[in-house]
Formats: sequence, C-alpha cells, structure tokens
Amino acid sequence: MKVLVAVKRVIDFNVKIRVKSNETGVETANVKMSMNPFDEIAVEEGVRLREAGTADELIAVSIGPAPCQETIRTALAMGADRGIHIEAEAGIEPLAVAKLLKTIAEKEKPDLVILGKQAIDDDCNQTGQMLAALLGWGQGTFASNIQLGEGRTEVTREVDGGMETVNLTLPAVVTTDLRLNEPRYASLPNIMKAKKKPIDTLTPDELGVDVTPRLETLKVEEPETREAGVIVADAAELVAKLRTEAKVI
Amino acid sequence: MGILVIAEHDNAEINPATLNTVTAAMELGEVTVLVAGQGCRPAVKAAQGIGGVAKVLIAEGAHLEHGLAENLAPVIAGLAGDYGHLLAPATTFGKNLMPRVAALLDVQQISEITGIDGLDTFIRPIYAGNAMATVKSTDSVKVITVRTTAFEAAAGKGDGAGGSAIVEAPAGEDSGLSAFAGQELTKSERPELTSASIVISGGRGMQSGKNFKLLEDIADKLGAAVGASRAAVDAGFVPNDYQVGQTGKVVAPDLYIAVGISGAIQHLAGMKDSKVIVAINKDADAPIFQVADYGLVEDLFKALPELSSELDKDG
Repeated sequence: MKVLVAVKRVIDFNVKIRVKSNETGVETANVKMSMNPFDEIAVEEGVRLREAGTADELIAVSIGPAPCQETIRTALAMGADRGIHIEAEAGIEPLAVAKLLKTIAEKEKPDLVILGKQAIDDDCNQTGQMLAALLGWGQGTFASNIQLGEGRTEVTREVDGGMETVNLTLPAVVTTDLRLNEPRYASLPNIMKAKKKPIDTLTPDELGVDVTPRLETLKVEEPETREAGVIVADAAELVAKLRTEAKVI
Repeated sequence: MGILVIAEHDNAEINPATLNTVTAAMELGEVTVLVAGQGCRPAVKAAQGIGGVAKVLIAEGAHLEHGLAENLAPVIAGLAGDYGHLLAPATTFGKNLMPRVAALLDVQQISEITGIDGLDTFIRPIYAGNAMATVKSTDSVKVITVRTTAFEAAAGKGDGAGGSAIVEAPAGEDSGLSAFAGQELTKSERPELTSASIVISGGRGMQSGKNFKLLEDIADKLGAAVGASRAAVDAGFVPNDYQVGQTGKVVAPDLYIAVGISGAIQHLAGMKDSKVIVAINKDADAPIFQVADYGLVEDLFKALPELSSELDKDG
C-alpha cells in the first residue's frame, strides 16, 4: 500500500517567539525552523509501516516557500521515498492546504494519509479533518495507535475522557497524537542518501487550487502577562496564604 | 441569522463545555442548540434547561449515537443555511467534528476563540498562547470552536425547566466510512480536569507514575482534579488525558498547583489563565515561578507530605 504524509515547516518548538512591534504577526526572520513535531510523528509512523513491509511507498508533501524543501529532506532522511513540494507563500490556511493535499491524494491514490493533529504555529487542528471531508474519506484523529487490516484500519483516539477506538474503511486520513510513537533522528548516512531522493515541485496554480485567504489577520498582539508572586518558606506558610490571602481553599 | 451551537453530550447528559459555548454564542445572536444522537431525549431536555437557549434541534439515528464526525458533519452542514454561525466547544469532540463541517461548507474555520469583537471578528491564541491574533472572517457562514475557559458557563444546567421549543432536524444517514468500536474512559472519583475548581498537576520531577499517589492524596483533600505536564505523559507516568498544555487540555481553575513542572511554554499555554497559581519545584530558576502567585522552592518529595499534613490541620 501507499502512504502519504504532510509535513509543515514551523518555528522550532524551543524558540521563544516574538510578536512584531507593528502587530502584523510573529517574527520569523533569523529564527530556527523545524518540522512540526506532530508531523515528525506522522513521518515516523509511515516509515515504520514501510519498514514492516505493510507500505511499499511513502511520500512526503510540504506546502510553503522554497525552504520547505529542507523539511521534505528531513522526512526523506527519516525514511520517506520521495517528496512533493507545493511552492506557495507562507501562512496558507488549513482549508487551502486541505484542497492542495486533495489534488495530490487524487493523483497518487494513497491508501492512508497521515498528518500531524495540529501545527504548533497557528494551533488550528483542522487540516486532516478537512482533507477527509473533501475526499469523502473516514478520519481517525488524535491517534495513539493504528492497526491496519484488509481494506480497513482500527484507530485508537486520544479523547478528553480517555480513549476511543474507531474502525475506518480505507482509504482514510489519520492525524497523530503524542503517544503514537517516538520519532527517530535521521542518521548521517540516511541524510546523505536523502539528498539523492527525488522531490517534485508544483504550484497551486498548476493544481488548480485557489489559495486566497478567507481570514484577514487584523492584528497580532502579546498576550497579557502574569507577574511573578512571592516565594513562601514552607508548606505551612503556603497553606496559610492560600487560606487567608488567596482564599481558594 | 441565528446561531447554532452543537451540543456535546453522551445522549443522557450535556457536557458542561457546551454551556460555555452557549455563552459565547449569546454574544452573537439568538441561540439554537443541536442535539444529535440516539436515545438522546434526556440530553435534549437538559439542553432546554440551558439559560438563553431559544430552540433545541434534535436529530436522532443509530448512526449518530457516538458522535462520529463522518455522520454528524453532513447533518450540521445541511442546517447551515439557516444560521450565520456554527459553534462547538474546542474539546476533542468539537476539534474532530467542526473542521469536517467547515470543509463541507467551503469555509475556513476559526479555532479556539477566546474573544468576540463583532459578528465576523474573533480573537484566538496562536503559538501556544504566546501571541493573540484578531482575525476577520470573509466567509458567509462562520464555523467556530470555542475555548471554554474563556467564557463563563451559561446558567441553568440540565434541569429541564426551560421551555424552549424542540424541533426535529433531518438525521442524515450512515456514511459507512467509519464505525465506533469501543471506548475506555478514565474512571475517577475526582472532578473532571477542565471543570474542576482546583487542579494539582505533576511533571517530570515526579519521577514515576507511582509517585502521582502523592498528588492524588492532596487532590482528595482539596476536592481537586489531577493533571500532568506533557513531559510526564511523554515519560509514561500517566495517560494522555491528564495532559494540560498546548496539545492537551486547557484549564483555568481557581487554584492550580504545579508540582515538579519546569514551566515549558507549551505547559503554560494550558494553565496560565488560572486565577491563583502555586509552583512547587526544587529548581529556583524554573520558569514556572515567573507565572506563580506563590512559589515553594523545595524538593517535592519533602514538600508534598508536609503540604498534606498542613491541609489536615484546621484553617
């Protein structure tokens, strides 16, 4: 079977972001960028299916400006077979991303598409569900376990109250949660090998997708900050303060 | 145009997150609540009792029993013509469902709003709450998930006393794309994490899942819920549904006690709107102290038993 994963280039999760002083967005110049952590989990899951012989091809897609090729290379170094780069400006909205991925899915005909549940920049948590809707496929979101069967897959989902299991007819879309797996680091030989793996480049125009934003960002501001409070000496003082000063217990 | 709130429920009861969503919806216009399920009359009755709800729609069918997005999204999309806004709580239920609805309607969803600035303009956190974006939607229908901690709960929870009208809505059919196979819900005598007025959470500093007993002991004395940082979940100490943070649950209790948690950005995103924050950590430089109202710099294995015995003393 064929597996498709999508990877997004985002500000590295360790970076403390800075809001631009003109309130138009977040500073991305000269900031360390990495693959969205949930997408790393998606790639890892695809690579494991590939290694187990369940999947015979793993394709990694990224949408965004030219440096997204680096993110695709990372996926290739982890074990994906080939890449597709859809060159577009940064900040394309999830609906447009889902439409672009739909055209790729229609062309490549994967049995399974695995995406991260959420990108850590816009925190939208939408693309996988939207892609499933547009393709008319089932969706297994926030997955902590994927069991593939004949023409179907069982997905264990992380839900607020615990876990839920759904059975999906293939092809289907799955989005990853934290505990699905622990992504590997690419080894140096694999990073070298990845340089020779093919990446196709396409544009939204070529794919016939209108990516005009539907949301207008009016401003981006710093959140309200909390002031640090007091340091107490011991548990007794803490309990006393919570009882008499804060009055919360 | 009215506002449609998609109720989260288990056919018997309305999930409290729905009440906060109704409050957000009331800022936008007249509120109708959709209860879609199977054997969900008790939940419909509860929805009628929510203050401010003008009408309750019911869509019933076996294929709607477990709230599968594949079956539910077309039902909601079919109702969209009558409503300017479709809202659901930003719980795993709403997050799973609403983008599917939005895509069917060719609409760009607005996720986890924390504020409303007119009928088409909304405030939402990005980058784990380290920036707040104000966005204006150009779509004709707004599909929205609501961060429940940002809005008060609507009054009149589930007593069925309200007199709002019940209207049948088309239930659609089984998509055949997915089937519910089972669930394993965490059983706990303690309050639910997102609605508890006190939360005590442990991080990597707890060292093991067994040591969470120390937190549970204090939780029981305070009537608190127990949470965890992503690091503690990653380390396998506790299940994922304990997770507080950017990629877990967002909580805003009256009192949040962070124990052995360093205060990574992604954890702060899930708890920094708590009214009072207490941090217990042996590392005085831990970032958690920068947001804490009360900090105790001490080894948690010494501090927690002391805290427990202090709580036993009369206030």
